[in-house]
Amino acid sequence: MKRDPIYGMMAEFDSAQALLDAARSTHQAGYQKIDAYSPFPIEGLAEEIGFHHNRVPLVVLIGGIIGGLTGYLMQYWMAAVDYPINVGGKPLHSWPAFIVITFEMTILFSVLSAVFGMLALNGLPMPYHPVFNVPRFAMASKDRFFLIVFSSDPKYNPAGTRSFLEGLAPRSISEVPS
Amino acid sequence: MNEQYKSTIEERAPVIEPGHTFGTVTEKISAIVLTRPASNGWFAGFGIAFLLTMMMLYAIGYLFLKGIGIWGSTIPIGWGFAIVNFVWWIGIGHAGTLISAILLLLRQSWRNSINRFAEAMTLFAVACAGIYPAIHVGRPWLAYWLFPYPNTMRVWPQFRSPLMWDVFAVSTYATTSALFWFIGLIPDLGTLRDRATHPAARLIYGALAMGWRGSARHWARYETAYLLLAGLATPLVLSVHTVVSFDFAIGIVPGWHTTIFPPYFVAGAIYSGFAMVLMLAIPIRKIYGLEDFITERHLQNSAKVMLATGLIVAYGYGIEAFMGWYSGDRYDAFTIWNRLHGPYAVAYYCLLACNIFVPQVLWIRKLRTSPVALFCISFVVLVGMWLERFIIVVVSLSRDFLTSSWGMYYPTRWDWMTYIGTIGMFLALMFLFLRLLPSISIFEMRTLLPEAEVKE
Repeated sequence: MKRDPIYGMMAEFDSAQALLDAARSTHQAGYQKIDAYSPFPIEGLAEEIGFHHNRVPLVVLIGGIIGGLTGYLMQYWMAAVDYPINVGGKPLHSWPAFIVITFEMTILFSVLSAVFGMLALNGLPMPYHPVFNVPRFAMASKDRFFLIVFSSDPKYNPAGTRSFLEGLAPRSISEVPS
Repeated sequence: MNEQYKSTIEERAPVIEPGHTFGTVTEKISAIVLTRPASNGWFAGFGIAFLLTMMMLYAIGYLFLKGIGIWGSTIPIGWGFAIVNFVWWIGIGHAGTLISAILLLLRQSWRNSINRFAEAMTLFAVACAGIYPAIHVGRPWLAYWLFPYPNTMRVWPQFRSPLMWDVFAVSTYATTSALFWFIGLIPDLGTLRDRATHPAARLIYGALAMGWRGSARHWARYETAYLLLAGLATPLVLSVHTVVSFDFAIGIVPGWHTTIFPPYFVAGAIYSGFAMVLMLAIPIRKIYGLEDFITERHLQNSAKVMLATGLIVAYGYGIEAFMGWYSGDRYDAFTIWNRLHGPYAVAYYCLLACNIFVPQVLWIRKLRTSPVALFCISFVVLVGMWLERFIIVVVSLSRDFLTSSWGMYYPTRWDWMTYIGTIGMFLALMFLFLRLLPSISIFEMRTLLPEAEVKE
């Protein structure tokens, strides 16, 4: 498949409030495939661009359950099945002694799934991304706020989208080559 | 909210001095890494710390050659400096996690300017702590036997032992601290990538930032993950020192076998950790001109945490003494008598002075806000907390049930070289961190500015 030479149309804003308002207007105008970039997390911005299904908590829950089961079953199998050894007459399946490691393994697996799950869902690491083709985008990690309408959006057309974005009073508008 | 309460809040020093914008915050913090030349003072400090690290490696190298006979630890005191220092370092690390995780959950936004270097402190302190158990096992090249892995001997570790619990607790803690710290760094690494001019710096920061671009979807997942990590790190940090205290409390040695140990170890850990945070923050804010970000408020709050945890520790000592009398157990009673009148009594009186009496001056507001006074008090607390671990480990083992198994512990020069060497390694890593990574979280500082607020 031939790649679209244009990735989208990007507008630059001065403040977090301006970006939030612009994102809301753009979404309400019927644009579906949009994204917003900011130098820090802005409350409510993800909802404005139509992001509702955050699956990180589910990934962490599954990781934690697997970790807890792994921790407990590992100890049970090693201490009571594969290498049963009588220590001071204690039962082989001495479950209270296994709780600490079960807890630590639950935490360990949850942490690993939170970190790697978040990175995977975000598609990171990503060595190349078209938005960095816009020189002004370097300011997105400092004090500027950007909104993009992707060219894959059904409503996207170069002239119409540009004039729509101009109506939101941005600082600048640039076409993003992919 | 009543009027009086409102006015006290307004009188408090701000978390961030007025007049800053997203740009100036970014500029000021990233300049320390990107543009500011390394001073002679930095080179001198790093040089000394590096030499001490080399001394530690020499001491450990000689240890590997000769065996742990070069140390002062011998029967009856098989746990000498190695375990004293292990517990001391792990404890120091705890304040970093407290600041980054627990204070995040409690929505204490003042933490945003000290969490990054406090987390770095945690990581380096855990690295120092991790050295000791590995070199203390006698045959350090077999230290991996601690982990359950399929082996040709067809044996598995003994999971009923608190020492095994410790292996899991400390390795989980080290992993979590490192990941939590790195995740917090990703957006700031993106900032450094975009601002660096040297191609090598751009490449390295760019690779570490992994293509972070600040997308709203990414931030949403990022914040959820960060919050969950904080929620997971909170019980973890409490469990780690609890498990460390189990190393003692599960044993039957008089002075160890007590239920007060877990809470009192955790409080002591946070106590010494905040002392270390202050000892690092006070010079750093002065030298790098970060008084706008690490304000009087941070110093005061840290001092208050120290005061509170110090009182919990004092309560722990009180209960130990009370139980020595109330339990009616002659060995427990003797343990307390021995602390007060035995051969190590001087250490116990120094401990009481350092951990209980001197820190009470923190009730005075003037001293809580004076950097010099806080620096000195923090040093005293760190000495006191080291003495506490020395007394728990050495004094208890030196006088157990039978007079025939009594003994004394004399640390050798190799013990001291290893201990001072780990302090050097800790400082060397800290010096490198200050120059290579943003020591204050830039993106979290941005969220503290008034312009970051949005209305729905």
